[in-house]
Amino acid sequence: MKPLLVNIRKKTYPNGCCAIENLSFGVQPGEFVALVGPSGSGKTTLLNLIAGLDLQMEGQVSFDTEGLPGERPRIGFMFQEPRLMPWLTVQQNLELVLPAATRARQTVPLRQWLERVGLPDCAQLFPGQLSGGMQRRVALLRAFIVKPDVLLMDEPFQSLDAPTAQQLRTLLHDLCERTQPTVLFVTHSLREALSLADRVLFLSAGPSTVILDYPVVLKKPRAIEDAAVQAMHDALLAQYPRILSGVLYS
Amino acid sequence: MLLFLCIWQIAASALESKTLPPPSAVLTTLWQEIQTGDLLFHLGMTLRRVAISFTAAMLIGIALGLLMGRYKSWDCLLDNFLILGLNIPALVTIILCYIWFGLSEAAAVLAVTLNKIPVVAISLREGARAVDQSLLQVARVYCLSRWDTFFKVYLPQLTPYLLGSARNGLALIWKIVLVVELLGRSDGVGFQIGSLFHFFNITGILAYTLAFALVIFGIEALFLRPLETRLNRWRS
Repeated sequence: MKPLLVNIRKKTYPNGCCAIENLSFGVQPGEFVALVGPSGSGKTTLLNLIAGLDLQMEGQVSFDTEGLPGERPRIGFMFQEPRLMPWLTVQQNLELVLPAATRARQTVPLRQWLERVGLPDCAQLFPGQLSGGMQRRVALLRAFIVKPDVLLMDEPFQSLDAPTAQQLRTLLHDLCERTQPTVLFVTHSLREALSLADRVLFLSAGPSTVILDYPVVLKKPRAIEDAAVQAMHDALLAQYPRILSGVLYS
Repeated sequence: MLLFLCIWQIAASALESKTLPPPSAVLTTLWQEIQTGDLLFHLGMTLRRVAISFTAAMLIGIALGLLMGRYKSWDCLLDNFLILGLNIPALVTIILCYIWFGLSEAAAVLAVTLNKIPVVAISLREGARAVDQSLLQVARVYCLSRWDTFFKVYLPQLTPYLLGSARNGLALIWKIVLVVELLGRSDGVGFQIGSLFHFFNITGILAYTLAFALVIFGIEALFLRPLETRLNRWRS
């Protein structure tokens, strides 16, 4: 697959407010890119445009699958909330996103997937019977189980306590290592971005545009508390104080 | 229920009036009517009308409600008809159907169905408006089939509205079917109660009412409640 190319000239909300203007970037296959920006910078809107959930824009998002021009890649999307169907069991929630033909003959059975994310006995439970962290695990698994070419993640670990969020980041790293999807990860936290991504794109306040493209050349896996991550965080803030003060909360 | 029967028995014994027969007399009449086959025949006819009208009204009402909840143009087009349908007295619809289409079975069922459709449609319209769009986004992003999107994402969100309108609808239909039978049919519980009324046979009227109540409890216990429990088990 060629790189994911995003080239949005303008995206305006129905109320006339301009959300995105002249936003261009590319993502290589298998690359993990974090998008960092302040609230209201159109990050969620951008992911919705890439996922095809919102089609109203000037510009284009192209994936260009190998040999099949125009064919959409498989997309996994982890939203801010788990968005599991509360009336379906964990197993049914996962099976729901699998194409009907492959439900019966999966290469890795669901049970193994659930063991992999630490939920071996939860297949027959409803989402309401799971904790918030467990629901996120299921949502993460749902995003990976479709074997996505592109994985979109919209602040997926927000409002979780620090240890649970770190567990999920480790799990995410693990799953990415195995399946190598192209990842776009939206976050408010520069430390979280630096602990996960190969590259961080900093977005301006709305209308959104890329103001800094920063490669993270650190060995993986990393954790937020790692000294190298902390050092890079501090160096970035020292190097770009004016730009980052408007972008970051933490 | 036992307390109610005791009070009834005491009141009937104290009053010794033809207008309030004791429960024992009502039960005896009920048993006699079952043995002659009259009660089962008339009850069967009424149940048949209820089943046909209920099914037709639910299907059409659901379809209209979903269209109106989903598309503004359908809502604008049908909103006034819905208000009209909700507010026209059932009796007027019944009489008009009998005048226009004759004293036929089809006219009877049509009258009941027309009375019920607006109630279902209004409920389902509100349900369709309240559907969680964020879950539909999940369906879109994972390219679910229309079948899965409708039956596994959309319809489950409408369950409370469906069950509510089924319950209300059944209660409404029972009442209207009896009026329809009273006015223009020669069988059914409504017709039979009308005949018994002419002879001032209160015991017979109460026997048929009792049979009717037993059927309603049976439907609730055997069908609606288990269905509700099954559909709502994820909430427990």
